[in-house]
Amino acid sequence: MSNRGPGGPGPHGRHMERAKVKDAKGTFKRLMGYISEQMGRIVLISILCAVTSVISIVTVRLAGVAVDEFIAVGDMAGLAKLCFVTLAIFAVNILSTYFQNTNMIVVAQRISFKLRKDLFACLSKLPLQYFDTHSSGDIMSRLTNDVDNISNTLSQSVTQLFSGIINVLGTLAAMILLSPWLTLISLIAIPIMLLVTRFIAGLSRRFYREQQKNLGQINGYIEEMVSGQKVIKLFSREEANRRDFARINDRLRVSGTRAEMVAGLMGPFMNMINNVTYLIVAVAGGYLVITSASAAITVGVVFSFLLYMQNFARPISQIANLFNTIQSALAGAERVFQVMDEAPEQDAPGAADVPAIEGNIEMNDVTFSYVPGKPVLKNATITARKGEQVAIVGPTGAGKTTIISLLTRFYDKDSGTILIDGKPIESITRDSLRRTVGMVLQDTYLFSESVRENIRYGRLDATDEEVERAARMANAHSFIIHLPNGYDTVLSDNAGNISQGQRQLIAIARAILADPCLLILDEATSSIDTRTELKIQDAMLKLMEGRTSFIIAHRLSTIRNADKILVINAGQIVEQGTHDELLARDGFYANLYNIQFKTGMAL
Amino acid sequence: MKKIVKYLRGSWALIVLAPLLMIVEVLCDLMQPTLMADIIDVGVASGEIANVWLTGGRMLGVALLGILGGAGCTILSAKASFDCGARLRQGMFDKIQTFSFAEIDTLQTSSLITRLTNDVTLLQMALRMMMVMLVRAPLTCIGGLIMAIAISPRLSLIFVVAIPVLAVAVTAIALKTFPMFAKMQQKIDRVNTVMRENLLGVRVVKAFVGQERERRRFSLANEDLMNWSMQAMNRMVLMWPVINAVMNVSIVALIWYGGNLVNTGDLEIGKIMAFMTYLMQVLSSLMMAVMMMLNFSRAKVAVDRCAEVLSTEPSIRDPHNPQRPENFAVTFDHVNFSYNPDDPEYVLKDITFTARPGQRVGIIGNTGSGKSTLVSLIPRLYEVTSGAVRIGGVDVRDMDMDTLRRHIGVVLQESLLFSGDIESNLRWGGGDCPGEELERALEDAQAMEFVSKLPDGVQNTVEQRGKNFSGGQKQRLSIARTFAKNPDILILDDATSAVDTETEAKLQQALRRRVGKGVTFIIAQRVSAIADADLILVMEDGAIVGSGTHQELIRSNEDYRGIVASQWGEEAIA
Repeated sequence: MSNRGPGGPGPHGRHMERAKVKDAKGTFKRLMGYISEQMGRIVLISILCAVTSVISIVTVRLAGVAVDEFIAVGDMAGLAKLCFVTLAIFAVNILSTYFQNTNMIVVAQRISFKLRKDLFACLSKLPLQYFDTHSSGDIMSRLTNDVDNISNTLSQSVTQLFSGIINVLGTLAAMILLSPWLTLISLIAIPIMLLVTRFIAGLSRRFYREQQKNLGQINGYIEEMVSGQKVIKLFSREEANRRDFARINDRLRVSGTRAEMVAGLMGPFMNMINNVTYLIVAVAGGYLVITSASAAITVGVVFSFLLYMQNFARPISQIANLFNTIQSALAGAERVFQVMDEAPEQDAPGAADVPAIEGNIEMNDVTFSYVPGKPVLKNATITARKGEQVAIVGPTGAGKTTIISLLTRFYDKDSGTILIDGKPIESITRDSLRRTVGMVLQDTYLFSESVRENIRYGRLDATDEEVERAARMANAHSFIIHLPNGYDTVLSDNAGNISQGQRQLIAIARAILADPCLLILDEATSSIDTRTELKIQDAMLKLMEGRTSFIIAHRLSTIRNADKILVINAGQIVEQGTHDELLARDGFYANLYNIQFKTGMAL
Repeated sequence: MKKIVKYLRGSWALIVLAPLLMIVEVLCDLMQPTLMADIIDVGVASGEIANVWLTGGRMLGVALLGILGGAGCTILSAKASFDCGARLRQGMFDKIQTFSFAEIDTLQTSSLITRLTNDVTLLQMALRMMMVMLVRAPLTCIGGLIMAIAISPRLSLIFVVAIPVLAVAVTAIALKTFPMFAKMQQKIDRVNTVMRENLLGVRVVKAFVGQERERRRFSLANEDLMNWSMQAMNRMVLMWPVINAVMNVSIVALIWYGGNLVNTGDLEIGKIMAFMTYLMQVLSSLMMAVMMMLNFSRAKVAVDRCAEVLSTEPSIRDPHNPQRPENFAVTFDHVNFSYNPDDPEYVLKDITFTARPGQRVGIIGNTGSGKSTLVSLIPRLYEVTSGAVRIGGVDVRDMDMDTLRRHIGVVLQESLLFSGDIESNLRWGGGDCPGEELERALEDAQAMEFVSKLPDGVQNTVEQRGKNFSGGQKQRLSIARTFAKNPDILILDDATSAVDTETEAKLQQALRRRVGKGVTFIIAQRVSAIADADLILVMEDGAIVGSGTHQELIRSNEDYRGIVASQWGEEAIA
């Protein structure tokens, strides 16, 4: 197994295999909903399409007429007239094409806009669980690739289908009117063309899928290895990686070459069939002109036919491809609708907004599991009076953060009751509940906006002075003013321009600004060194004053003064009491405490 | 550019042959209209059916020859471009493997990934296009012109007007439009950024009830994108009316002027038809050529970006006469260091200390005081600016990097696992480690407990970046990975921040057992993790402000006393 190195066969390709559409009809109907909002424009586009198609059929015939009736007989005055008429028709054609295009752009962009907007609106209502169980890369790709794919193919294929059909039927009619025999002969190549197209397309799709799979794999490998360069250096893995990469790279080379070769054959083949059709029309036309006694087939007719054939082949192969394009747009649409169909976070009927809370929290016999059957919190009973500081300690994975998630209703408990000021938590709307809660979380997330805006996130209507005051209290002011643009420094995408500790200070300032009734600190100071932590301890104490607070911390020094310490292990509350009480009991907490403090002291 | 051209080597034969075959196809295409004109003007005019058949036969032959050329070009160019692409990709990947941290920091990881994926693919396609279209478009254009002039020099005057008008109009529109597309790309990025932030920061958004605000933010970006896209595209589609107009007017001019020439007996009717086909060919190939130029300007950017990677020289190289250290004492001798040589302010200032074999060294200090930077100089991840780092008396610059790093095990702050399974991750440092060694590593890293509970044990799948494990589990696995390597010098860079206290204490005990004749460096936030070290370095602002044992420092060092007091309370330093 040692040669099955990381990055080997794994399902982590960036390019997902295009899924088959499960409910094509339903998806199509919903999509039509988006399209029908643009119905006015689509009708207009269709009319313009019809106009251009008819014009191109007519003008081609006019060229033939010019040859037969004016050039052949030497009527130059008539020819000039005809040329003027043709120019006028062309002018109409140009305008019509232009408006067709501009309207199509509007339709496509509006559909994109609406899809993105709806998708985002739905996402913002989804419960946290959705985001914990779905990869952000996948959701992103639905927003970008799928949405673009849908709007582009839809607006294009609707018009293509329409103008294609008009073109083919119109041209066919014109050709039959001119000469049924020549029509029949010139169409000989069409079935061959369709067969060849289908054969090549089918074959190349198969090879192409393989290429995409390999491409996804190599991209995944590159992403993983280049971002892991530092670890690779430390473990001297360069040579092994080079070999792995060469193997994957070669697979891509072979499959890519094959796919491109087959797909690339389409061009020359179509070209040849065009040429053959051209020669068939020329030979058959020439033959008929010579042999037919009547003037049914003239040189002008052959001329028109040569031009018609060019009009004919393109729409047919377009329509043949249309089915595939629509299929892939539907698959994309289905992926987008899937997100929209997820059940949103919903407040219970009759839930009311609360402007503020006192801060009396009571959890009775609460059980919760992320995965059914595997409870992470078992029969937990916790009470916190107004203004109390409650610390939660315990090993990793014991369920500390889960308690917080239930209090803020990121997740909903399976059984038991949670009372806030004596009211069941479900009777309060989520938004108003969360507005009364201030949180500093384990993973501080900042937005790619200015420092000021990031702090203001705590309370959107705060003034600049209030923002700065909060930053001062969090001890963040001094480093912020040293940033290149002070409070207006825009944090880079991944906030790489400030350190982890500084990020946490900003997050604390954000919570201070929120001025919440209930405060939650989940490992809020884990990345801040202890001395800085000491400095903001003051601010934190001030912040906690008079507010019910829940504090999760690894460092027991931070929570020694808490009014109540809950010790939690494997989902159960094993002890609770004050620091001194728990030490006196000499149980789980005392053990934890001794490990942390006395190992050093023992020296 | 030269750097990239090198990668064409090995495919030259194909690269030359493919366009030659394309020439065959183009020439065949160019012959068709003239042959057709023969049918009308010679065969039909004289009423000789045999002549019609003969010319038709010739046309068929030419068509068949054409497809041989076309298919041949396709096959050869596909092979050539993919071969070159694969070579280039490998070359760049190999190059990146030689980079030191400094180069990776400058070029940036995310940018390197794009260069290696998108840019190489773009170049590969550009090469392919070059072999196919770069020959086809100009050749069709010039060939069509020549054929047209051969038919009628006077009729060819149409080109004198049509070609410049078309070329200027298309170029002008394209030049005006392309900057707008760049702008549109920015708008797309903005929409994606807002979206990504909402996905990654969903907890914050929910916690502060920011959904409404976010919806507005997104809506703004979304509307902006829609408006810019419409503007850019609307300008782009101006192209088609212009092209249509030029083509249509040319056709009408051809019929009118050609008709007059036929009338005066200077031209045959069949030649008008042939001329029209050439006219179409010339104008459309011209358009293609312009569009291609613009596409190549994109490829140029990719070329530059790839060439930059290839021409970046690793700042750290192996010495000519590598030496081996006798023992594993670590000495810093007046080391100064800054990430950027132009930066006058050092990140590390005059660092001097010695850690003897068997010693445990603890490093403590504020965020940003230079702790991680200091230890990263030991495996020579960065090069000292001045002074020297020595192992067993040998300057790390005089050691083979591979040998050096085999002796050193580092557990980074950010624990990164790789896709595969747990065992493959543990064997990352070398495949020959026996099974019981792996088990011992897992035990010592306190990871055995949760690993053995996994359905597949050590065979359990690890996803990219180890995202199917919790922070604490990832840290313990990466510690186990380093243990399995059995290094002589072990460096733990705040490697247990996500591990709870109890587990950490057990880990520390295991660590003490593991230290043999080597040196262990421990960077920690918690005093308890380093209090029993043989040597504690207290860092502040890039300098060592105190060194000694816990007891010594408690007595003599104000900074250290401050740290201890903040964690253990005042009584601990009394």
